[in-house]
Amino acid sequence: MNINLTLIGQIIAFAVFVAFCMKFVWPPLTNAMAERAKKIADGLDAANRAERDLELAQQKAGEKLRESKVKAAEIIEQANKRANQIIDEAKEAAREEGARLAAAAQAEIEQEVNRAKEGLRQQVSALAVAGASKILAKSVDQSVHNELLDQLANEL
Amino acid sequence: MATDATGYIKHHLTNLTYGELPAGYERLDENGKVVEELTEATWTLAHSGQEAVDMGFWAFNVDSLAWSIGLAIVLMFIFGRAAKKATTGVPTGMQNFVEVIIGFIDNTVKETFHGKNPIVAPLALTVFTWVFMMNLMDLIPVDIIPKLFELSWVAAGGDAHQAYMKIVPSTDPNITAGLAISVFALMIFYGIKVKGIGGFMAELTLHPFNVKNPVVQALFIPVNFALEVLGLIAKPISLALRLFGNMYAGEMIFILIALMFSTGMALGLFAGVLQWAWAVFHILVITLQAFIFMMLTIVYLGMAHEDH
Repeated sequence: MNINLTLIGQIIAFAVFVAFCMKFVWPPLTNAMAERAKKIADGLDAANRAERDLELAQQKAGEKLRESKVKAAEIIEQANKRANQIIDEAKEAAREEGARLAAAAQAEIEQEVNRAKEGLRQQVSALAVAGASKILAKSVDQSVHNELLDQLANEL
Repeated sequence: MATDATGYIKHHLTNLTYGELPAGYERLDENGKVVEELTEATWTLAHSGQEAVDMGFWAFNVDSLAWSIGLAIVLMFIFGRAAKKATTGVPTGMQNFVEVIIGFIDNTVKETFHGKNPIVAPLALTVFTWVFMMNLMDLIPVDIIPKLFELSWVAAGGDAHQAYMKIVPSTDPNITAGLAISVFALMIFYGIKVKGIGGFMAELTLHPFNVKNPVVQALFIPVNFALEVLGLIAKPISLALRLFGNMYAGEMIFILIALMFSTGMALGLFAGVLQWAWAVFHILVITLQAFIFMMLTIVYLGMAHEDH
């Protein structure tokens, strides 16, 4: 328990140890720790921001969805309208076509009737001429009386 | 085991000392017989406590210095490695451990020390960890390392009685005083640096008695000076002696408990319990003493930086 040179030795060792800590230990470690703290703070910040962004995006998505629903309904309505229109148009066209066909058929029928009437008239006139010629025989000049006979046929 | 209790205790409390013995010095063996007379001044290892005393100031306590510096090297190695590998990512293993200590000390320094001085925090780190490690040696059962040392000493051809080995550096007043004097030097240095030589002297002479009247003040100056210098000197002395006293007493009790082991089965068992209990209690003491030493270092340096 004597005070001796150990004291000086300890002072020197202490100085060296403190200098070592001051130069090589304290600054890098505290810097690393401060930097890590900053990094963590930044990370938390970023997480907060991301959460906010997510919320915003969700809101936007919801809005878009609502908008598109409205648009879809509109489009469907339009399509329905158009379909009705097309159907109406088709009905109209069909009706018109039917009428046209009916008219054409009517006309043809009438034509047929007329033609049949004409045929009949000619045959009757021929018959009448034949009958008359048979009756009149040679006394009647066919060419002179043809006009008269035609008149008669027309009156029939 | 030493021959008797007194010898055992004495053996445990003697440092391995290397120093200079004067010419004409008579070296004695353990029975008090003169073994040899030195013809000239010689640097040698002390063979007894008396020789260590007779070496005076020019001697080294080899064991204290070796353990103290050895522990410092271990700490520097751990710290240096942690600092070299320091990353801003997730800290692992040793780095984590060192960072916990540094964080703790950084907090303590920030709370206590309000000046700006880059030396204070590393100084506190050094003081705390080093003192703690030196104190921690107290928890190694008192006989293990000295006995191993004695065996290797004898194997190397030495006398078992001269194989002194004190493994707790903080039970050596030289070590604690070395730390305290260093802190004291820093206090004076920064006191003068921050306040100037005038401010420093004013602090020593104008307190605690301070009056407006210059004549009366002049009368008070010597009184103030005496009181303040006493207070200033008391700081390093109390710092050194507090640590030394606590650790010395703690080690003394360990030695006394260890003495009981050789006195029979029942007392030996009792001593085992005592040893365990005292060691557990001592965990508190060594940590507390390391913390107090660090805290007072910070506080004293803080006072040196405070301008009134």
